[in-house]
Amino acid sequence: MIVDKRFLVPLLGFMLLVAVLALGFKLRDPHLLPSQMLNRSLPAFSLPRLGDPSKTWSEKDLYGKVSLLNVWATWCPSCVQEHPQLMRISREEDISVFGINYNDDTAKALAWLQRYGNPFQLNIADHDGQLAIDLGVYGAPETFLVDAKGVIRYRHVGVVDEHVWADIFAPMIAELNRQAGGS
Amino acid sequence: MIIELGHFALILALAMSCCLAVLPGFGVSLGRPALMRTGGSLAAGMFVFTLVSFVCLAQGFIGDDFSVAYVARNSNSALPVYYKISAVWGAHEGSFLLWCLVMSSWTLAVAMFSQQLTDDMRARVLAVLGSVSIGFYLFLIFTSNPFDRTLPFFPSEGADLNPLLQDFGLIVHPPLLYIGYVGLSVPFAFAIASLSSGQLDAAWARWSRPWTNVAWAFLTLGITLGSWWAYYELGWGGWWFWDAVENASFMPWLIATALVHSLAATEKRGVFRSWTVLLAIFAFSFSLLGAFLVRSGVLTSVHAFAVDPERGVFILWYLIIVIGGSLLLYGIRAGQMSVNVGFGWLSRESFILANNLILTVSAITVLLGTIYPLIYEWFSSGQKISVGPPYFNMVFVPLMLPLIALMALSSFSRWRRTATEVLFGRQPIRLLISGLVCLIFCLLTSTWNLWFQVVSLISIWLIVNLLADARYRQGGRGFAGFLKQTPSYYGMWLGHIGIAVSALGIVTTVVMSEELDLLMSPGDKTQIAGYDLRFEGVERVNGPNYSADRGIIAVSRQGRLIEMLYPEKRLYSASQSVMTEADISVSFWRDVYVALGEPIGNQAWSVRVHVKPLVRWIWLGGILIAIGGFTTILDKRYRRLKMARQLQSRAETSVQASLA
Repeated sequence: MIVDKRFLVPLLGFMLLVAVLALGFKLRDPHLLPSQMLNRSLPAFSLPRLGDPSKTWSEKDLYGKVSLLNVWATWCPSCVQEHPQLMRISREEDISVFGINYNDDTAKALAWLQRYGNPFQLNIADHDGQLAIDLGVYGAPETFLVDAKGVIRYRHVGVVDEHVWADIFAPMIAELNRQAGGS
Repeated sequence: MIIELGHFALILALAMSCCLAVLPGFGVSLGRPALMRTGGSLAAGMFVFTLVSFVCLAQGFIGDDFSVAYVARNSNSALPVYYKISAVWGAHEGSFLLWCLVMSSWTLAVAMFSQQLTDDMRARVLAVLGSVSIGFYLFLIFTSNPFDRTLPFFPSEGADLNPLLQDFGLIVHPPLLYIGYVGLSVPFAFAIASLSSGQLDAAWARWSRPWTNVAWAFLTLGITLGSWWAYYELGWGGWWFWDAVENASFMPWLIATALVHSLAATEKRGVFRSWTVLLAIFAFSFSLLGAFLVRSGVLTSVHAFAVDPERGVFILWYLIIVIGGSLLLYGIRAGQMSVNVGFGWLSRESFILANNLILTVSAITVLLGTIYPLIYEWFSSGQKISVGPPYFNMVFVPLMLPLIALMALSSFSRWRRTATEVLFGRQPIRLLISGLVCLIFCLLTSTWNLWFQVVSLISIWLIVNLLADARYRQGGRGFAGFLKQTPSYYGMWLGHIGIAVSALGIVTTVVMSEELDLLMSPGDKTQIAGYDLRFEGVERVNGPNYSADRGIIAVSRQGRLIEMLYPEKRLYSASQSVMTEADISVSFWRDVYVALGEPIGNQAWSVRVHVKPLVRWIWLGGILIAIGGFTTILDKRYRRLKMARQLQSRAETSVQASLA
């Protein structure tokens, strides 16, 4: 039997795809931060303030208090879903909430904040995704827990809802505050 | 007890699928007709046991059996009973049980409605469907068992169904989508059966066509419904997000659309044989790939199911065996299929070829966009990016415009060869008419957007061509010729009209929507796109498992009240999650969409209003396309009793591939 090799091309293409999927799969558990970032200091950055490019923020502006660093964007439907929880946290919890406006458009982002309310104490305009890449952000929303010294303690991919807050963030924050108080 | 019964029934269904994969196939290789005919009863058994299993799980939900982990996670005793039932497919495990139920239903349907096939072919097709099912059942039982108990300590109350899913859309969207997804396994099974038997003539195209059309029509309905659900339920007026999970359903749709067309060419003219087989394999592969992307957690998404690496590994192996195996078989056998059937440059064959090319490229484009984050991560040693709507809009729209233009021209194309005169003769006047309609539209709405002009011109041109074709069918005067066409023709006609309607809806909504965000206190008025809105205030209401603030907004136009809208902000008590429930004043020409934001200060609320012209057309088009798909199967030629004999004689005259 003669096999025409051209007809094996789809199989080759598929094998390539499987390789990509398998490697992608092996490389990452999407709920975990790549280990090299966990317990490390925030990467250094200098990025404009959202809506006011004349002023810039750096990682030092995030120090001083346990904080949440939330990656959001107007093109991300889950961010809308997550938003009320962030509003509540910034209102009721003793913690700073910072935003990274990721791959977005300034005008849209500002309109979005006006529409849904602004839970962020400061907002970093990361419009070419540089900081997000340094942080290893996969998509939006993602939320980082950063301690008072600017060390990343936890990363959450996806919406921070009531359960995530109560089960994961609240105990970790209590622990961080206890350590800080004890030392 | 009922739960254990369900679990047991599922294991029996697995056993049935194993027998179905093996016994009829043995029958074929031993040449024993009695063994070949076991397929029908085994398929029936597989279906019945899966159905029993499904009903048992549903009973677990209705009876609030929170000792079942899956029920405890996705239900609550306060949930209305219709949501308790739809909660069965509200998360990963149960939705996969539904998937298996749909799979066994298709298998049973094939067993029942394929009497015209030869025993040999029927046995092969059922064996392929059985083999495909084995993997599904193993996956369900070993990695995602919905019947697991949490004994002896179980919660007294369930965690409730995700509020986003407590909605009519969720009751119908997944079943329709799965019928479409899984239905693509039927043309796949026909293709593999043909490849394995070496009977590589055009007959398999005729057998597969009605099945493919039905599966494709269901997939179309499922996607349309999903888009509609996202529009009213996610609360911000968007209707397509290019989300990984949406793409997972869209890619098989694109390939299946190509398949529907190339099957027609293969059946009628015997062309593109090997290509059509490949498309049939691809269409089902893409629906499996979709399942992998959604359920493995390899990509994160709004819709993504719970992440579990073990499941991902299982599905990946399954993909390798099923898709890799079929492509290998294809690689070995397809070479024997080449056949020289000529056709001219301007022929229906050429148009279908162009259609296939564009649709396949589109599907690959969407695939690349969807998995690009993975590739990027690999090449950049762990850095991550995400690909958003900008990429998809940029690459996808330019592919769709020529597709619609070709569709317009193809209305007059004929098999083999079309005279230039027939194809282009009257196009100047039709283009002129379309241009005028488009101009009037622009003048009336004073919209001078280039995208709008281009897309609406092409879409209107498509409609003008389809109307002209209907008018002059068979040289008839008036629409007399049109009334004498076959269901296949009506299906094509409706489907193409549906595309034009959807395209018009999409471009109009995107370009002309107006939106307004504002703070409103009781008594405040505002104006948007000629509508007057009056905010009457907010009242407290209680639902069965939530409490809500309900806004009252009067929408009027030129002093006449059109509708009272009641958008809600709901707090679901079991999960303590807040949901925005928009309210929409619906009409053929426009939607007025109102969503309630946050309370701000003294009785004031932030309110968001969209006016979306022609947004309904997007889904109307989808429904027309699906109706078109369903119409084609009414064609008499699929129901001829003597078909088997005809096919046999045809098979003998056509190019027979020899079994080596």
